[in-house]
Amino acid sequence: MTLSPTPGLAQAILTVGVVLVLAFPLGTYIARIMDGGRSPFERLLGPFERMLLAACGVPRPSDAAGGGQTWRGYASSVLLFSAAGLLVTYAIQRVQWILPNNPAGLGAVTPDSALNTAISFVTNTNWQGYAGETTMSYATQMLALCTQNFVSAAVGIGVMAALARGIRNARSVDLGSFWRDLIRSTVHVLLPLSALLAIVLVSQGVVQTLGPYADVTLVEPITAADGTVTTTQTLPLGPAASQIAIKQLGTNGGGYFNVNSAHPFENPTPLSNLLETASILLLPAALCCSFGVWVRDRRQGFAILAAMSVLLILALAGMWISESHGVPALAALGVDVPTAMEGKETRFGVPASVLWGAFTTAASNGSVNAMHDSFTPIAGGIAMLLMQLGEVVFGGVGSGLYGMILFVLVTVFVSGLMVGRTPEYLRKKIGPFEMKMAAIALLAPSAMVLIGTAVASSLEATAAAAPNPGPHGFSEILYAFSSASNNNGSAFGGISANTPFWNMALGTCMFVGRFWVIVPVLAIAGSLGRKGTVAPSIGTLPTHTPLFVGLLIAVVLIVGVLTFVPALALGPVVEQLRLQTGGVS
Amino acid sequence: METIRDNVRAAIVAMTFMTILCGIIYPMGITLIAELGFPHQARGSLIERDGLAIGSELIGQPFDGPGYLWGRPSATGPLPNTAFNPTTLTGSSGSNLGPTNAGLIATVGERVARFRSGLGGDAPVPSDLVTASGSGLDPHISPAGAERQVARIAAVRGAEPAKVREILERHTLGRTFGVLGEPRVNVLEVNIDLDRTLGRLGGTDGKAVPSKV
Repeated sequence: MTLSPTPGLAQAILTVGVVLVLAFPLGTYIARIMDGGRSPFERLLGPFERMLLAACGVPRPSDAAGGGQTWRGYASSVLLFSAAGLLVTYAIQRVQWILPNNPAGLGAVTPDSALNTAISFVTNTNWQGYAGETTMSYATQMLALCTQNFVSAAVGIGVMAALARGIRNARSVDLGSFWRDLIRSTVHVLLPLSALLAIVLVSQGVVQTLGPYADVTLVEPITAADGTVTTTQTLPLGPAASQIAIKQLGTNGGGYFNVNSAHPFENPTPLSNLLETASILLLPAALCCSFGVWVRDRRQGFAILAAMSVLLILALAGMWISESHGVPALAALGVDVPTAMEGKETRFGVPASVLWGAFTTAASNGSVNAMHDSFTPIAGGIAMLLMQLGEVVFGGVGSGLYGMILFVLVTVFVSGLMVGRTPEYLRKKIGPFEMKMAAIALLAPSAMVLIGTAVASSLEATAAAAPNPGPHGFSEILYAFSSASNNNGSAFGGISANTPFWNMALGTCMFVGRFWVIVPVLAIAGSLGRKGTVAPSIGTLPTHTPLFVGLLIAVVLIVGVLTFVPALALGPVVEQLRLQTGGVS
Repeated sequence: METIRDNVRAAIVAMTFMTILCGIIYPMGITLIAELGFPHQARGSLIERDGLAIGSELIGQPFDGPGYLWGRPSATGPLPNTAFNPTTLTGSSGSNLGPTNAGLIATVGERVARFRSGLGGDAPVPSDLVTASGSGLDPHISPAGAERQVARIAAVRGAEPAKVREILERHTLGRTFGVLGEPRVNVLEVNIDLDRTLGRLGGTDGKAVPSKV
């Protein structure tokens, strides 16, 4: 007996539909905001914007200088702003015990964990080495983590807008002002969307209070093995909804609570689940539409969105087949279908858990509503592969699209080689410099994944962090490095990664995965901007056709699969074969 | 022309102002709206009985007396359904055991045996009753999992099975809009209703005592 796919399919279609219907108007709006257009929130939010711009010393666009930056200026602003974020986020965690707004009386976060978390949130990874409700005070959650949720996403939007300006420019070094991009995307895009989502989430039961944790009396007291009787349950509360909204929208994914959106206070109902799931893909999808507006050819954005959507649907189908097939060893014990319920919540079941699992690893969100560690092997393996592809199947806010555009350049280049013509993209000749930068940016995270996994698996002390024996233990390590190096942040949660080695190793991966990509992307933007345009000729490969979408998908898959098949074979593939034959470790 | 000095200054100023806007004004504003519009939900959807908070609609509690509806197994420590423990600093957690983990298979086997021994019947056991939830705090079980416990609860409480079913139905939800999520029964609400309608149980011995209200 197998699980009926009908309700799950309807739910998936509804969720993807919500994303695609909203992506177009939202993408158009974002493009207008980033180009300096008027916002409907001008009266409410305009004062904040003007105050911030003045404080940062950004000239008005109408001024002669305009505040526009070269690619080097833009990149140094990104790096300096991220450095400031790193310091502030680290410091707040270390001193939270003397700050107000800490009703649970939590102590300072350990230095290595605080550094890991600071890198994690600044790089939009939001890997959770810590457990929220037992580690972070209300003040830390708000001041440090909530803020970084916003600004790390805004940095992604900014870098993406700068790349689009580079492509659109002709003989100009001006990529726009990072500070203006940061402020306008935060104030006019991220804040209003998050506020709206947060309020709807509260109505569903997501907690939002500064009051202390609540003690309730158990209806049936519980007797422990040693005979002690417990009569109360302590319920952790806090300003959760405000943070969860931007956590979902900003492809951040760092949960307010330890189990992220599997926690009933973080994701209480199927409706909250729909909104949180759709929010994962909303901005990455919308930015594809923005890109079309920026380069004055909407079809270019739709082509990239189509390639991403095809890859997502393939992954979703694979994960669903694996999960609905379930765990034969449990069926043999007399467990009814769906057998793969370990680590899943009743209100979501297998379909909504698989849907979220595919969305969150396709986008570099990394939040979860079920424990990926307990997924069936192929489902967990596909989640890993989605991250290993470089977080370009939707990916992070901004970062997914600029990552995918690197693959577009590779595709244009490969196609150009095949027919013996100079590659062009959007009226720009693609030269050796762009290709070198694209290769550097695409290969670095993959190298971090494979080298990190190899080192951690071969050291006895670090391999012991994986609690599951056999191939699943290897998968836990591979998943951790795939997640960190590609700035996803989800985990096979059983891994005990809150140790100095793991905090440092994964911290390094997150850092490289973010900035080793951003700098080459901006260099490409600068280089393309300086070039003049060339008129498309009969020999130019159109980049908006189904043929090109197919080529792009093939390039993404070939690069990713060639790099990672050997590693995946040792983990998920071996484990699935054992699952089929009833083998255990 | 900008200098590094201008850039450093802008970075510090921008981070400070962003922290005020996104880290104070925004969450405080949402908190205010939440307190005004949805105070019950914002504070954890607490359930009160006789003026005492006895749980949250959204957070599962541990039940193992035969007169109560049992919920999902929980992998939290040190006790099941620990949402927060200030001493051990533990909270929500899944088991994180992989599907080929020998310990997981053995544990599920024990749960199946225990369930079947207590008037559970020999048919396949609904999986939600023998697998740990993702959060360790899952407030729900499947309707099939609830139905399989009706005979046991009715026998212990000396009530008609139809009466127990009627109580279950009051706390059963279907898929939202017919497509979202899964059908489910709220375990804590059912048990509070069982105590109210059929008389409270005294402790874990499964014997009903007369209700005070």
